[in-house]
Amino acid sequence: MSEKDERFSQAIKEILSGGFTRTILAVFLGFLVGAIFMIGSNKEFLESLGYFFSRPGDAFAAAWNVVSAGYGALIKGAIYNADADTLEKALRPITETLRLGAPLIAAGLGIGLAFRVGLFNIGGTGQLIFGMIFATWIATRVELPFVIHTIVAMAAGILGATLLGALVGYLKARTGAHEVILTIMLNYIALSFFTFLMRDPNLLQASDSVGNPKADPPAETAMLGKLFGDAYALHWGLVISLAAVILYWWLMERSTIGFRLRMVGFNPDAAKTAGISVNRTYIIAMGLSAAFVGVAAGNQALGVDIGVSPSTHANIGFDAITVALLGGSSAPGILLAGLLFGAFKAGAPSMQVIGISPEVLGIVQGAIVLFIAAPPLIRAIFRLPKPQTTNALGAISAKLFRKGGAK
Amino acid sequence: MNLAKEEKVGFKVPLVMGSIGILVLYFFGLTGKPGEVAFELSRRQDAIQLPSLSVNAIELGLISGSLMLALAAVSTWFAAKNKKTPIWISLIYGFIGIVSLLGWLATGNSVPVEFIAGTALVLAVPIILGAMAGVMSERVGITNIAIEGQLLTGAFMAAVVSTITKNFALGIFAAMFTAALMSMILAVFAIKYLAQQIIVGVVLNVLVIGITNFLYQQWLTEDSENVNFPGTLDIVKIPFLSDIPIIGPVLFENRITVYAALVIVPLLWFVMFKTKLGLRARAVGEHPLAADTVGVNVGRTRFWWVTIGGAVAGLGGAALTIGNAGAFGREMSGGVGFIALAVMILGRWHPIYASLAALLFGFSIILRVWANQVSPGIPSDFITMVPYIVTIIAVVGFVGRSRPPKALAQPYTKG
Repeated sequence: MSEKDERFSQAIKEILSGGFTRTILAVFLGFLVGAIFMIGSNKEFLESLGYFFSRPGDAFAAAWNVVSAGYGALIKGAIYNADADTLEKALRPITETLRLGAPLIAAGLGIGLAFRVGLFNIGGTGQLIFGMIFATWIATRVELPFVIHTIVAMAAGILGATLLGALVGYLKARTGAHEVILTIMLNYIALSFFTFLMRDPNLLQASDSVGNPKADPPAETAMLGKLFGDAYALHWGLVISLAAVILYWWLMERSTIGFRLRMVGFNPDAAKTAGISVNRTYIIAMGLSAAFVGVAAGNQALGVDIGVSPSTHANIGFDAITVALLGGSSAPGILLAGLLFGAFKAGAPSMQVIGISPEVLGIVQGAIVLFIAAPPLIRAIFRLPKPQTTNALGAISAKLFRKGGAK
Repeated sequence: MNLAKEEKVGFKVPLVMGSIGILVLYFFGLTGKPGEVAFELSRRQDAIQLPSLSVNAIELGLISGSLMLALAAVSTWFAAKNKKTPIWISLIYGFIGIVSLLGWLATGNSVPVEFIAGTALVLAVPIILGAMAGVMSERVGITNIAIEGQLLTGAFMAAVVSTITKNFALGIFAAMFTAALMSMILAVFAIKYLAQQIIVGVVLNVLVIGITNFLYQQWLTEDSENVNFPGTLDIVKIPFLSDIPIIGPVLFENRITVYAALVIVPLLWFVMFKTKLGLRARAVGEHPLAADTVGVNVGRTRFWWVTIGGAVAGLGGAALTIGNAGAFGREMSGGVGFIALAVMILGRWHPIYASLAALLFGFSIILRVWANQVSPGIPSDFITMVPYIVTIIAVVGFVGRSRPPKALAQPYTKG
């Protein structure tokens, strides 16, 4: 084998053992696990097992039917509805995916940022709630003109979340307390505090609420406008989340702050030696992380014309962890992962309609990240090669680009 | 201030005790609601009847506030002599604080002492068992965020298996066995694959919530009579002991899950701190290299402690369904596993202190419900918050730093 061939096979090995292949395989395995649960809980399939050895075809047919119906409904509810009578209705599912994916993307960026610094921000829920408190306050209790009201409310949401995140960073930096415990506790505190605010008519409670914890809907001036008219619920939250993706990419890959953050995540001791204040970085990182979560908070509080309630956080803070894990904490990865899990949320109702519990998507989600969390497991299942430390891939790409490049 | 620099015992504990004492003195005493409050010490069905204690609410506030300030003074004396405040002082202090709070809440009403204490204990059992699972795995150096999932697994299996087999013993066994299997996944990932333990824990939670939600909706709700109708375990009265006033009905008139917790906690303390087995486990959690050098198998020790811890958490899950609620509900653990985690830290990774902290949480749950009935004006959301705030105060080290095992979350590879 010539040197070139050897390099090429090395490069293939590197691609196979790299993150991208693993992610695709993990998603595939996740859907497979979901399919097994769908089949296992299907009545026709279980009945056909009774006479499996005389007519095995029935069992396979039943299994195929339930899986294709289930994932078919998911696609119909989340991407394109081929049965709809107008194009407008046919396209509605994909806009729902985008709408529901937007907060997951924004919050996922936040959690991903913390991961890159070596921190676990499990407090997405609490930060989201604090953001919603601030945003809802501006949106329901302050009068401002159009657009400005939205911007101020959004900024308030980001500020609220950032404050709570920075508090965690401060406590960690100052006392060494573990951020996981702090954020878990703050989640509960934030939820109780939010409920308390929504029980008091002088604070956030809606005027028409009868004792229930509920806030007024955001003022019309503060709401995020619809992107494609009233036919679709999709609103500007998506655009803001996409802007956040670009900002995140620039921040992490191009800016000095991002470099510092990554350096602390990579090796805090080395960063300290290089003159970076690790403690200050923790505060900045938790604050920034929560700021992205705050974008999701603004999205939740200002996106719909019904008032927020204790359940409006919709578990986004927690789902964001799975988004960040699946997306490998990179901007494009989180974008795609957020869209995938947004599609799960959008497609759930249409699975419900055909009698397959959409909760199966929770299993798919969990299974995907379980496989992501343990790279050696995926490698063992698919007999992938171990990650290589050679530089073959770099050498090959250098060769490819040499023609048009500087050298 | 020089004291603090030399890492001596500071004056933070007496400071906190003093401030709360002043608050109690002011709000419950000086500006408290006038009226009588009756502490009912026995129920009608009890063998020995104690008269109910009736006291003036304001006097109670004044007396307990002063006593708390006195204890704060004692604590100051200890701090001045550079000694830690003994735990029994904190316990007495807490007890007085709770009595004054109950008295203030129920002014003009009565306090059913046995009911509150008994319910607090029952509610605390899943938290206690979850915390024991946490102690067992963190003491050997494996972070266990998956307690929530283990409890949920246990709750689900206990309800379903008990209903199908009509046998509670099998249900409890299934709960412990399945939760132990789940712990094994965590252990294998952490020990063999060296995966990030917190991530694996979070992911296991997501997976278990997904699976139980799916099975609940697809299977349990459709056929609840045949698969999710276990009822609850029988209440077992321990003869003679259950006739002791106050203590009897609270401690010795319970379901087997409560007794199990009452046995497991001291047993774990004994094994952990008084036997060779426990010494090895702690060595693995503090300094795996040293443990390995003297011939302790680090991987195996970690694996079995984490696995058995999972079984204990599974029992805690069973306590949620067949030990209390009587059926499985969607995501019914509702954060108990995370509370268990907090409790473990509050209790400084010590079985008995952690259980006391769990009782605080159990008490806060029943207090919220009960306070809503006797004095509806109280913002119950704040009562909900208190234990979490206490936990934060504890982890940031304001009242004595809680120090985790040294090798926590660090994978060990033989060099």
